[in-house]
Amino acid sequence: MIRFILIQNRAGKTRLAKWYMQFDDDEKQKLIEEVHAVVTVRDAKHTNFVEVWDSLSLSFRNFKIIYRRYAGLYFCICVDVTDNNLAYLEAIHNFVEVLNEYFHNVCELDLVFNFYKVYTVVDEMFLAGEIRETSQTKVLKQLLMLQSLE
Amino acid sequence: RPMLSATRPQPQRVFSGTPGGQKPAKMPAVSKGDGMRGLAVFISDIRNCKSKEAEIKRINKELANIRSKFKGDKALDGYSKKKYVCKLLFIFLLGHDIDFGHMEAVNLLSSNKYTEKQIGYLFISVLVNSNSELIRLINNAIKNDLSSRNPTFMCLALHCIANVGSREMAEAFASEIPRILVAGDTMDSVKQSAALCLLRLYKTSPDLVLMGEWTSRVVHLLNDQHMGVVTAAISLITCLSQKNPDEFKTCVSLAVSRLSRIVSSASTDLQDYTYYFVPAPWLSCKLLRLLQCYPPPEDGAVKGRLVECLETILNKAQEPPKSKKVQHSNAKNAILFEAISLIIHYDSEPNLLVRACNQLGQFLQHRETNLRYLALESMCTLASSEFSHEAVKTHIETVINALKTERDVSVRQRAADLLYAMCDRSNAKQIVAEMLSYLETADYSIREEMVLKVAILAEKYAVDYSWYVDTILNLIRIAGDYVSEEVWYRVIQIVINRDDVQGYAAKTVFEALQAPACHENMVKVGGYILGEFGNLIAVVTVLFCHLAPCSSTFSQRPRRLSKRCCAMSWLVHLQQTVHNSDQYYVQTSEVVSPVPQATVLEEMPPFPERESSILAKLKKKKGPGAVSVTELEDGKREGGELNGGGERGPETASTPSPSADLLGIRSVAPVGASLSSAGSLLVDVFSEAGPAAPSAAVNDDGFLRFVCKNNGVLFENQLLQIGIKSEYRQNLGRMYLFYGNKTSVQFASFTTTVSCPGELQSHILCRPQLNVQSKPVEPLVEGGAQIQQVLNIECITDFSEAPLLNIKFRYGGALQNLTLKLPVTINKFFQPTEMASQDFFQRWKQLSQPQQEAQKIFKASHGMDTEVIKAKLLGLGMALLDNVDPNPENYVCAGVIQTKGQQVGCLLRLEPNAQAQMYRLTLRCSKDLVSRRLCELLAQQF
Repeated sequence: MIRFILIQNRAGKTRLAKWYMQFDDDEKQKLIEEVHAVVTVRDAKHTNFVEVWDSLSLSFRNFKIIYRRYAGLYFCICVDVTDNNLAYLEAIHNFVEVLNEYFHNVCELDLVFNFYKVYTVVDEMFLAGEIRETSQTKVLKQLLMLQSLE
Repeated sequence: RPMLSATRPQPQRVFSGTPGGQKPAKMPAVSKGDGMRGLAVFISDIRNCKSKEAEIKRINKELANIRSKFKGDKALDGYSKKKYVCKLLFIFLLGHDIDFGHMEAVNLLSSNKYTEKQIGYLFISVLVNSNSELIRLINNAIKNDLSSRNPTFMCLALHCIANVGSREMAEAFASEIPRILVAGDTMDSVKQSAALCLLRLYKTSPDLVLMGEWTSRVVHLLNDQHMGVVTAAISLITCLSQKNPDEFKTCVSLAVSRLSRIVSSASTDLQDYTYYFVPAPWLSCKLLRLLQCYPPPEDGAVKGRLVECLETILNKAQEPPKSKKVQHSNAKNAILFEAISLIIHYDSEPNLLVRACNQLGQFLQHRETNLRYLALESMCTLASSEFSHEAVKTHIETVINALKTERDVSVRQRAADLLYAMCDRSNAKQIVAEMLSYLETADYSIREEMVLKVAILAEKYAVDYSWYVDTILNLIRIAGDYVSEEVWYRVIQIVINRDDVQGYAAKTVFEALQAPACHENMVKVGGYILGEFGNLIAVVTVLFCHLAPCSSTFSQRPRRLSKRCCAMSWLVHLQQTVHNSDQYYVQTSEVVSPVPQATVLEEMPPFPERESSILAKLKKKKGPGAVSVTELEDGKREGGELNGGGERGPETASTPSPSADLLGIRSVAPVGASLSSAGSLLVDVFSEAGPAAPSAAVNDDGFLRFVCKNNGVLFENQLLQIGIKSEYRQNLGRMYLFYGNKTSVQFASFTTTVSCPGELQSHILCRPQLNVQSKPVEPLVEGGAQIQQVLNIECITDFSEAPLLNIKFRYGGALQNLTLKLPVTINKFFQPTEMASQDFFQRWKQLSQPQQEAQKIFKASHGMDTEVIKAKLLGLGMALLDNVDPNPENYVCAGVIQTKGQQVGCLLRLEPNAQAQMYRLTLRCSKDLVSRRLCELLAQQF
């Protein structure tokens, strides 16, 4: 199950934070900082999966971060340790392709100015910490339908 | 949106594949109809703010504006309300508190317009408020939307419930949602949302989601035409199956047939659900995962079909890829790894297990790090299956190579895990040797675990016990700090209970102790073993060499005692803790010079009542020390005996409690010599260790109180007390930190980190000034309990910044974060130097360069009592020299600071002026920065 989804830029600015578990505000802030700290130091020789060790934070014990970098943005999904790494890695890519299509060549600023729409995209594809819909065609069709509503 | 395009810098594409690609000039479709111009302007303004202050000012202006709009007489139209609520949301997401606007957001929920409703729901989902009045209104609006028969509104309402998932919402909707989910006329998209919404409610309030007629119909959603419905519903079914396997077991055959249809379909059959030529990868993974909730199907036909699916998946892995894109191989391999998980879960098909192993073996050498990592991880579980254990073992060389060459530490960690998992009697020596050599360079984060693994393997597969002893001693030599008490108690227990290894053990530890530097744990093990089986003369000499750096759990300063006495007290201590007998203590402490061979060091009978329960059990069955693999494993299962639990060994009694120590230290404190006359003085000096003010910032206050003393309370607030006890010798120091939980509630996630300021800025090739090593602490501190942490400190060169101790823990739900300056100051590494008047002034003159001297004139802040001043100067660590200064009112001190690289000579002169209540402090040191630093530290002490 997904614990949270984060989109951050290289400087650590959060572009999307979607939480699927109860965290208090302090915890959220701490998680955001830790994810940024562990993900930005990694390069292409590293895996796209991060286990965070106790020394950093105990709250990661049963979680792992699966992330993928696109230009200056890190898309991170935090899941249970037993979850399928590659399935979530591709779920990220699937999500990014939908964003790219929806925002016509998506860039970071699209996510800033249209933050409230990004939540809609997320809810179409992920819900309650699970994958809801995987078909790009279906998601985009639904998004365009919503777009046409007043 | 002219405003937007004017303020937009050149956007950076998320996809780097379209370099410099300009956005099309025409407005993107997404902006049609719903563009909130005011919001875009506001976001631009915020982005253009040059400083945090400017941003806050702009936000406050906006908040005032929104507040006045909400309070105004004129009723706001839906669009304005939406816009302002959305601005509030944006402000909240920037990290600012929002304390109004909730009601306006709730109002939006009852709008007929999608865009207004959407913003209302989004605000509610992000800023959940447990205000009961609002919850009632929100639930009312959700109820209306759920019964609206408008699929868009129904989805919005379901998403809100799924996102919030509160108990109140479960109470209101837990019975309604199953009905929507299985109703014949419900739209597909609504079914998807309803399934996952129900999953969320079931996870938060399982008692409120009652099984019923709907459950069997939910299982049949696996047959739904719409793959999206299956994808969503299967998550719900998997969760329900885990909790109620019998009720949902019909899902197995349905899942197998669905999987079979997907796996056998051509790469384009599933159209929308084909991802980079892979048919429905996510759904396949979910189906395979659902099957892992159950044992292999009993129905032969179903089982046959499933085995066929798994074989097809394994076959496809060998086919040439349909695309070179990584998305294709990832999607394909996601299914493959999930299939292998299922094969391992069943653990009944030798053929499939071996094929899986071979496939993973190929991945071990793949150029993609992700695949190597996942293959190592997956093989770890394969190694525990009797069918595939041998097949896994054939990859040993590749895995050892991975341990040595992988760049990503997590991959090396997986390799180490796999070596551990594939270890058996046939390869134990090779694997233990490789793990030991890896340990020398292993990341600190995994050393403790590695040490434990090596220790377990060494014991589990020991054929001859000399190999076991060698291994554990190597372990201590290589990673002594990470060898926990349990590990070294264990080697002692085993040696004591096996007479065939005792001679060898004594000889080996004796040799090991000849090394110029030994880890404290080596000295401890040596102490016990030689104490039992060694020769006395050798013991005293060899052990003594190592007593200094170890400094021990005694509070005595060894240099104040005679050598023999000190070494003897260590031995006495050993004997005492082994036997816990006062008699021995009396006997040996009386004998200082004559060698008390027979009495003190006569050989002990095998451990009487203090042996571990595993060994006791083994001995009953087979006689001492006959360790068999299965029984060790039994022991592990019963209570993790090998790694602690149960009997904690004899050492516990020797760890002094901090309170006892804080009192005990007085008799051996530097002022101890003038104890009789200074009874009240002691109280004065040490009572300063009063509670410090709680503070999240770095605590300087507590820090300064420790310049002239080594023990006391560093910090105290309502939750936590931190006591310190420290000892220094030459350029080495050891600090015991005692963390006391003052509450009755457990602290969770308790972590401490020590950092040296400046280490981040300094060039990585520069050596640190101070080297501080610590073992991690237990993550849980029970209410009322106290835990101890030891820091080993090495002064490499002179320094001015103290190390920082950061403590984080969870109390209740709240995260506590605290940073304290550790009282490690340069003066701690002083060796006092006695010298005559003539010498002193000669050296004083030699240190005459301006930068070698530091001087300060300051007002007395603590009264000018002679005894207090003397005590503080002694506490500083220098020698206080009498009859040196012609003026008897003045104080003169000399000392040498010991760093690893050099010695820094320091002379001090403190001239009090009682009339003016002033001091003049002068320091001259052979290194210029040191005089300045000492002067700063000391000027705040008097």
